[in-house]
Amino acid sequence: MEVIAFLICFPFAAALVLSMMKQHGKPRKYFIFASCIAIVAAVLYFSAGALISGKNTAYLTDARALDTGILVGEFAMMALVIYFGFKFKKHYVSLLSIAQTALIAWVDLSGPETEGSHIVADKLTVIMCLIIGVVGTLICVYAVGYMKDYHAHHTEFRDRRAFFFAMLFVFLGAMFGLVFSSSLTWIYFFWEITSLCSFLLIGYNRTEQAIRNSFQALWMNLLGGLGFAVAIAYCEKQLHVTELEKMVTAAVGKPEFLIPVVLLAFAGLTKSAQMPFSGWLLGAMVAPTPTSALLHSATMVKAGVYLLVRLAPALAGNMAGTMVTTVGGFTFFVTSLLAISQSDGKKVLAYSTISNLGLITACAGVGRHEAVWAGVLLMMFHAVSKSLMFLSVGAVENNTGSRNIEDMHGLVVRLPELAFVMIIGIAGMFLAPFGMLISKWAALKAFVDSKSALLVVFLVFGSASTLFYWTKWLGKLVAMIHNSERLPNTTKGSEWFSLVSQSFIMVALCISFPIVSSGLVEPFLSDMFHDKVPAVISSGNTHIMLMMLCMIMILPLAVRFLTFGKKKKVVMSYMGGVNSGDDRTFVNSFGQKEDMYLANWYMEDYFGEKKLLKPSLVLSSAAIVVLMIIVIGGAVS
Amino acid sequence: MKVSVISVLLYLVLGPVAGGLLAGIDRKITARMQGRRGPSVLQPFYDLFKLFHKQVVVVNDVQDFLVWGFLVFIVFTGGLFFAGGDLLLVFFALTLAGIFFVMSACSANSPYSSMGAQRELMQMMAYEPMVLLVAIGFYDVTGSFSVSDIIHAGSVPAIAYMPGIFIGFLWILVIKFRKSPFDLSTTHHAHQEMVKGLTTELSGNILALVELSHWYENVFLLGVVGLFVVTNAWWSGIIAVAVCLLSYFSEILTDNIFPRVKWDFMLKSTWTVTMVAGVVNLLILTMIR
Amino acid sequence: MLKVSKSPWLLHYDGSSCNGCDIEVLACLTPVYDVERFGVINTGNPKHADIFLITGGINAQNAPVVKQIYAQMPNPKVVVAVGICACNGGIFKDCYNIDGGVDTAIPVDIYVPGCAARPEAIIDGVVRAVALLDEKRKNMRKEAAQ
Repeated sequence: MEVIAFLICFPFAAALVLSMMKQHGKPRKYFIFASCIAIVAAVLYFSAGALISGKNTAYLTDARALDTGILVGEFAMMALVIYFGFKFKKHYVSLLSIAQTALIAWVDLSGPETEGSHIVADKLTVIMCLIIGVVGTLICVYAVGYMKDYHAHHTEFRDRRAFFFAMLFVFLGAMFGLVFSSSLTWIYFFWEITSLCSFLLIGYNRTEQAIRNSFQALWMNLLGGLGFAVAIAYCEKQLHVTELEKMVTAAVGKPEFLIPVVLLAFAGLTKSAQMPFSGWLLGAMVAPTPTSALLHSATMVKAGVYLLVRLAPALAGNMAGTMVTTVGGFTFFVTSLLAISQSDGKKVLAYSTISNLGLITACAGVGRHEAVWAGVLLMMFHAVSKSLMFLSVGAVENNTGSRNIEDMHGLVVRLPELAFVMIIGIAGMFLAPFGMLISKWAALKAFVDSKSALLVVFLVFGSASTLFYWTKWLGKLVAMIHNSERLPNTTKGSEWFSLVSQSFIMVALCISFPIVSSGLVEPFLSDMFHDKVPAVISSGNTHIMLMMLCMIMILPLAVRFLTFGKKKKVVMSYMGGVNSGDDRTFVNSFGQKEDMYLANWYMEDYFGEKKLLKPSLVLSSAAIVVLMIIVIGGAVS
Repeated sequence: MKVSVISVLLYLVLGPVAGGLLAGIDRKITARMQGRRGPSVLQPFYDLFKLFHKQVVVVNDVQDFLVWGFLVFIVFTGGLFFAGGDLLLVFFALTLAGIFFVMSACSANSPYSSMGAQRELMQMMAYEPMVLLVAIGFYDVTGSFSVSDIIHAGSVPAIAYMPGIFIGFLWILVIKFRKSPFDLSTTHHAHQEMVKGLTTELSGNILALVELSHWYENVFLLGVVGLFVVTNAWWSGIIAVAVCLLSYFSEILTDNIFPRVKWDFMLKSTWTVTMVAGVVNLLILTMIR
Repeated sequence: MLKVSKSPWLLHYDGSSCNGCDIEVLACLTPVYDVERFGVINTGNPKHADIFLITGGINAQNAPVVKQIYAQMPNPKVVVAVGICACNGGIFKDCYNIDGGVDTAIPVDIYVPGCAARPEAIIDGVVRAVALLDEKRKNMRKEAAQ
């Protein structure tokens, strides 16, 4: 219990200290490192304890004082939103905030006292804790070095680093709070903190675009929050449940529970940036890289899918589940098509995040145990590899001044270390023996078993386009240009530490996924579905995947060994005989040298945002609205 | 267990022999269709031998590693298939092998091979959905992804339940066998607008490895065709071989009849066929089962 | 039994030819002559080719191109000059812009004269080139052994 309290409270305390440390320099740096170490140690201690005891625990059955504190906190947040709403003349956010806070306050103050635990720790909590604690803190470590370079490059922005670091830690604290809470009101409170926090982080630069995007993020998340608040009100007033888990357990097979379930699912969809709410996550790119990394991998969007995974049993085989799977599957498919047309590295990553979250969402919506198994594993693999990708793109940008994929041509020669880290990240995102594919395998099986042909279609076409945009990026990285100079690698020590540890975690996770699956994911599923869950993936297949992984690792050495001592003649590439000798220029018909430029295919006319974005937003909005009306209407009548 | 070890060994040894002979027969039949005599059926083996004895010429140091990766994972794919492994994993391994091949072309940093690489990726994107649907179709019919379970599933061949998926698979075989009209990335026909594409910068023994992988791959793909027909009766094997040869012949015929198309036509038509033949078939399967 | 000569892949390069010889070269691939029955393939890529078949003379524009393509071919390789222009410049020999035959740029192994060279003559040249390939292969082995 103490360690949980520490995990929730310590980041907030650290944030408070950081917001006061205005001086740049060593003290702040070491304070951040020390806090990160403390958090990681606490997370490891907690996870080890939870794993050894193997029990799920619930705490704080009576927390009236804390409840009041939380209510005060919610009012403070409302005041903050109204302040920003007035300052930037965006009054609609104030209205949204007032509506939901008033609703929650009314429920809290008027309602009969209900008994129930407020804090709960089970296997999913452990998984989420590890993600937030390890990946999240690594991002914070990375941010220390990165922000220094960032402000050196961008002198036009005001240096508000103290605020920035404080916000990162608030984010971590809020995420810990969210995953440990079992009371709906508490989850809602931390949920709102993450919304507000992401709003502040996205608007960090205070440019016009940053402010516009941050308000977009705010209103979308507040809309989800409103759904959440209504769900809480309905739960407490009509159904007399205050705990998420009890609600989900009770909801299986009962139509009257569908209303809160669908509203919570709606909140989850907004937070995990599913279509039509994908806009805010794309807009979040204006912020410095650690923000995007944090929002995309360890926190924020993971809160959305976390809620959906918790809801999974209540979504199985009903219309609420259909809404979630339809929106998730559709998002997976469309955003992976959209990613093809993007050349900005961060934007590709953003679309791929949304697309992967779509897959997790669809898995949760199916509600069968294999699907949820796949969803949870996807969540873990995605957190690590996506954070790795964002951070390495950020490092490349600091080195070369560009995050465009076209400019990463031949990176393996120019910045070999960063290129290798990036290759590991990309491989983790979609390649065969690595994590994502295992989950995709299970997801496909679950979708077929649940007889949802639509989902299968989304998944097969989505995977095909995923393959396209990742491989072409990979291709850019491995292009070997002769006579390229190595760029001086200016990546800071802290950034390196973060990148390398994440690469190791990535590989370790791929190797150890059978243990993770049997030790964490399967027990969690057994608890959640209240029965013994059979192993999702047979041991034979696990062995085959590990074999493939070993082959990939041995292959470079084996080939070196095989070709050792053989004489190889290195020649120029073929350019119709007019290669001017360095593989970068050719002689044109005037006898002059001309630069060669090898571009990837982006096919704007087919997969561009102009072509696809609007129709898919309309379609997905229509799907959400219609299905929600059907669910709520069906439940009421 | 014993059976699967023997069949994997047979695939490892006889795979390239069969693949090479098929390539030789292909060239002979193509020549006859064009009114020529054509080379000896053993010609592909002569070519392979020649390539292994050429001087080693490369444009960079990672090419041979990547091409070895291609070969190793193609052989792994086929081996897993003939060992009766999981069909989805088989196809994932195939994709991985394909990615190695594309990487080898990208690493060359040359205009023709890079154009070939982009086109190859486009081809992969076009056929991937259908390939996955094949696995899903088998799962729907037999209740298992495992090849050995699929073979022993019953006395009715899978093709009876999934003719649409079979047609879709034949369609994408045109891409996989690198036959006109979908031989965009690399081709055997000297008259196309871009001939070697992907393999432009590969030569000598590295090119020989690519040829070898293609033979292994072709045998594996025909194995998948056979899987549509095989039942637990012994004579179904003979019919399967006949169906394989027939579909191989139809691919050769297609190769000689149709001119190369542009990538957008390939993508659109392949995805349309996947939807119309594959997905509709799958929908019907989901309904009747 | 298995020799390089069983699979001669060739690369056809048009120097400054009038296209007469080129048409005859392509005629070799047609059903009437069908050089593919000897395993000949027109690769269009120096890195795959064993035989470099050139038509037309060498001028300032194409001399470096011919040299580069020749350098990109892996050993063993044979050069066949097809047509009188490729052999020594032909009727263009005295033009201000013509250097002369192919041998002014790279070493030529087989000369096939004619204007235009007849398909039979071209096939004969290729067959002789093929014999030479085996010999060069042997020499390569010897050198490697030493």
